[in-house]
Order: sequence, then structure tokens, then C-alpha cells
Amino acid sequence: MEQKRFHSVRLEGEKCRGCTNCLKRCPTEAIRVRGGRAHIIDERCIDCGECIRVCGYHAKVAVTDPLSCINTFKYKIALPAPSLYGQFNNMKSIGQVLNGLKEMGFDEAFEVARGADVVSRAIQERLKKHDLPRPVISSACPAIVRLIQVRFPDLIDHIVDVRQPMEVAAMIARREFSRKRGVPESEIGCFFISPCPAKVTAIHTPIGHEKSAVDGAISVLEIYGPLSSHIRTAQTDTEMETASDLGVGWARSGGECNAVQPENSLSVDGIENCIHVLEEIEDNRLRGLEFFEGAACTGGCVGGPLNFENNYVARSSIGRLASRDLNPELNVDAGMLTKYDLYDDIRIQPNSAMKLDDDLMEAMRKMERIERIYKELPGFDCGSCGSPTCRTFAEDIVQGSATKMECIHMMREQLRVMAEQMVDLAKTTRE
Amino acid sequence: MAVLLEKNFPVEAGAYTTAGEASTTIKRTLKQLGISAETLRRVSVACYEVELNLVIHSLGGTLTLLVTPEKVTLISKDVGPGIPDIDKAMTEGYSTASDEARTLGFGAGMGLPNMKRNATEFDIQSEVGVGTTITMSFAL
Repeated sequence: MEQKRFHSVRLEGEKCRGCTNCLKRCPTEAIRVRGGRAHIIDERCIDCGECIRVCGYHAKVAVTDPLSCINTFKYKIALPAPSLYGQFNNMKSIGQVLNGLKEMGFDEAFEVARGADVVSRAIQERLKKHDLPRPVISSACPAIVRLIQVRFPDLIDHIVDVRQPMEVAAMIARREFSRKRGVPESEIGCFFISPCPAKVTAIHTPIGHEKSAVDGAISVLEIYGPLSSHIRTAQTDTEMETASDLGVGWARSGGECNAVQPENSLSVDGIENCIHVLEEIEDNRLRGLEFFEGAACTGGCVGGPLNFENNYVARSSIGRLASRDLNPELNVDAGMLTKYDLYDDIRIQPNSAMKLDDDLMEAMRKMERIERIYKELPGFDCGSCGSPTCRTFAEDIVQGSATKMECIHMMREQLRVMAEQMVDLAKTTRE
Repeated sequence: MAVLLEKNFPVEAGAYTTAGEASTTIKRTLKQLGISAETLRRVSVACYEVELNLVIHSLGGTLTLLVTPEKVTLISKDVGPGIPDIDKAMTEGYSTASDEARTLGFGAGMGLPNMKRNATEFDIQSEVGVGTTITMSFAL
């Protein structure tokens, strides 16, 4: 039996009122309201967290690891996402965050921005190979990679096979700590401080490689309070800041392009915007484009749903930090590119959750029935039936998960016809 | 009886704001049918080019999608003005796009050659004053 897919994004059923907010916003049409409550279609969900953002009843949540999980390892390393630095507007230096994390119980804090430095260099190397289909698509945002698996299977080959900064950071952090302290790598746990549920999912079920180098993901929201008070008293220590300004800049949309410096690049944020551009890439409309960086969240990782600070403020804080000219060059030691497993070893597969049927003939028959049913529907896309649009409702009917009378407009029409028939019947019996 | 799926999309001349919508719907349909990524990509490129041609060069027409278990076929049929010299039109870099279209980034003269390159079979028939019909098929 196939194992149930891990998803960070979950539904707390008792809080759900069965409204249409999340239904209408899901980029992969993965939500249905049935029996008065939302349900997430596991196979389609890409863990982007759009539903968490729009749910007014807080019925959508992101499952992350509790801070206490770090105690399962003898030695604990915190891996702060660069976007974490944008959360504290009274902060003077990144060293304060790193020291603050150590005061909270971590033995070491290793910047994911340093992983971003190495990844930037690895992508530069990949871009030198001209056999890769253009534009090369960034693999940094796991929600975008999953979106491509579900909605743009023909663009999978464009995704660069370089692992995410958090993976690379975990590998380097573990090895360096093990050498420095003379302790076995197996006793060291690496924990990502995550701004988003998609990264949490990527740690539990990685795309492109078997096992994640990260041992757990703790939400920024969970540590925000305690870390904030530690930062107030923590020492400023610029010696600790080893990542480049470019690596730190990865926190916001455009930061990756800025670090990689491809000749002709495009960075897009917001999942709907990314969908539009991916459609254009698919149509070959963006000729000459070398590199595409897409972030599901507005503003990039600073806009992640697990952050505390609003994304515009965080974006500006990151801008300030990244322009201090502290470490202007990418911090990548010679040999770094060969010393670590920077590249994917499993080919990314398309996700067939949108397919109507495995058999083409059957899929065509279903499509015909969908078209027929769709023509009868009012086209309001109101969502009252529990499907996001009239078209998806028609698909759901054909796939057997909905019935026509769940459409209130069809129901009303049916009632009108029945009422007329009753009146006619009454008339005839009276005569 | 052979299984056949047919969808028609009217395309208006000069309708730049809606250009690409038919292609998006066609792509969605093909993805739901589960056709291979490789074929999908070729259809996408050719489909957008042909839709754009209807918008830029024609006086309006219809884009038709036909699917059988063997192949995907795209037919673009317009009501004029027709192409006087097909060989010239098929030459890479040759374009008669208007200034308006060029300011929007079109008119590279790659449209027809691109369609031909991506389709398994490509046919173009045109008569000045009558219209142009382009038929492209993609083997499944």
C-alpha cells in the first residue's frame, strides 16, 4: 500500500466553517468543501500555505516540529533561514540572532545563507552547461517545484538539480561541527528555522534526493517570542557572520538572481504570478531567458506564512542587512562544490493528480462528459457546491465525488420546475 | 466508433488582451488527458504561435483542437486576408507584423517555422482574399 503523503499543511476540522475562502485560492484546486467542511486532496496539495493565509477561522495550520525535538540529539545546530533576520527590526547585526539562538539551547547556529552562497556558485556552474533547457528554473522554493510537478509537468527538465540552501547548510554545519568538536556526525542534529510549510514538507519528503540532511523544522513563529527577548541582550558579533551579503539577500524575491548573476534572468513572487509566467515559459514566449526564480510567497521567503513580521517590513530589513558591505563576495571555499552532495540524484517525477484517467480513451470519454455537464452549469464559479469552479465541479461529478444537485442554482431551477408541475397538477385535479 | 474529442475556440483579430487564452485552455485539457510531457511541450509552443498568428495577422478565425487516441491535431482557420507567398512566409526571420504587434515584442518571423519544427505533420493552405488554414498534428 502506498504510504500516505506527508503534508505540513493540515486542516483542523472542528474550526472549519465550510466557507469558500481557501477553496478559491488554492493554486492546484486541491480543496473541496464536503459536508460543510473543507477537505484537502492529498495528491494535489503542494504545501504552499495560501490557505493558511486566507483562512479567517484559523482552521488551516502548518505542522512543524516542536522546539523540544532538538533534545533527541546530543548536539544541536540551529539553521536560521535568512528570512529570520528580517523579523527583528530593532536588530543591529546578524550575530545577535546567532548568539540569541545559542542562548536558547543550540550548541551552534549556522547560517542557511552560507548554504545559499554555495548553492549560488553551484547554479553558476550548471548555467555554464548549455545542454540544460532554457530558462533554467530555480529549485529553491519547494512549493514552486511541486507546482511544476502538478501543473507544468513539461517544465520539470528545466528545474536546476542543485539542492536547497538549507540542505547544503546542514551538510556543511554537521561536518564542520564534528571536526571542530571531535564528535561523531550521528550525534549532531540540524534544525531549520522555517518561514514556510513547504520547506517542512521538503524535509520530511525531499524532492530530488532520498533523505534530507536536516533533522527537523521549527517554525519562526514558535521561536519568535523567546528569540526576540534574547536578541535584546545578545552580543553583537560580526565575526560570527560568515555568509555573504548575497547569501543573506536570498531571503527576498530577486535575491537568488542577484547572487547567481545570470545574463538574462527573471524573478517573480506570488504563486499566481508564477503560474502566469510558467504558462509563458511553456509557450516559449520568453525567448532568451536564462534563469527563472519563482517564489510562491509575496516578497519571497520573507513572505512565508510562518513569519511574524509583515513581508514588506521584513524585506526592507533584509535590504538593510544585505547592503552593509560586510561580506560582498560569495563565501565558497575551493573544493566546496565537490566535497558535498550538492546535486540531486533522483529525477523529479510529474505528479499525475490532475489526470482524469490513466487510460487515454477513458480520459477522453470523461472529458466529453465534463464538457457536456459544464455547459449546463451557470458559470458563476460561486463555490457553493464545494468545488472551486463550475468546471472543477463538472470534473468532480464525472469522477464520482459530487452530484449535480449540489449546485444550488441547478437545485433552484429543479425546484421551480417541480413547483410549476405541482401547480399544473393542482389545476388539473380541480377541473 | 473512433473516440474523438473536439473543442473550438474563436479568436478575434487584434485581441491582444485575450491572446493566449485558447492555448492555456488547450494545455489544461491535454494535461488532464495525461499526454506526455514531451508532446505537451511541442503542442504548447505551436499552439501559442498559431493563436498569436490569428490575433496579429488574420481578420479573425477559429482554433480547433482534435484529439484521437493516436494524435493531437490543431487546426487554425481564418477568414483572410490570406498569404500571397507561402514560401516566403515560411522563411525564418520574415515577418509582416504591424508596428503595433512589434512594439508588443512580436514579429520575429519565427512563427510559422516554429510551428513546423514542433509539429509531426504540418500543412498550410492559403488563398488571398479567402483565408488561411493551418493543420498541425502531433503523434501520441
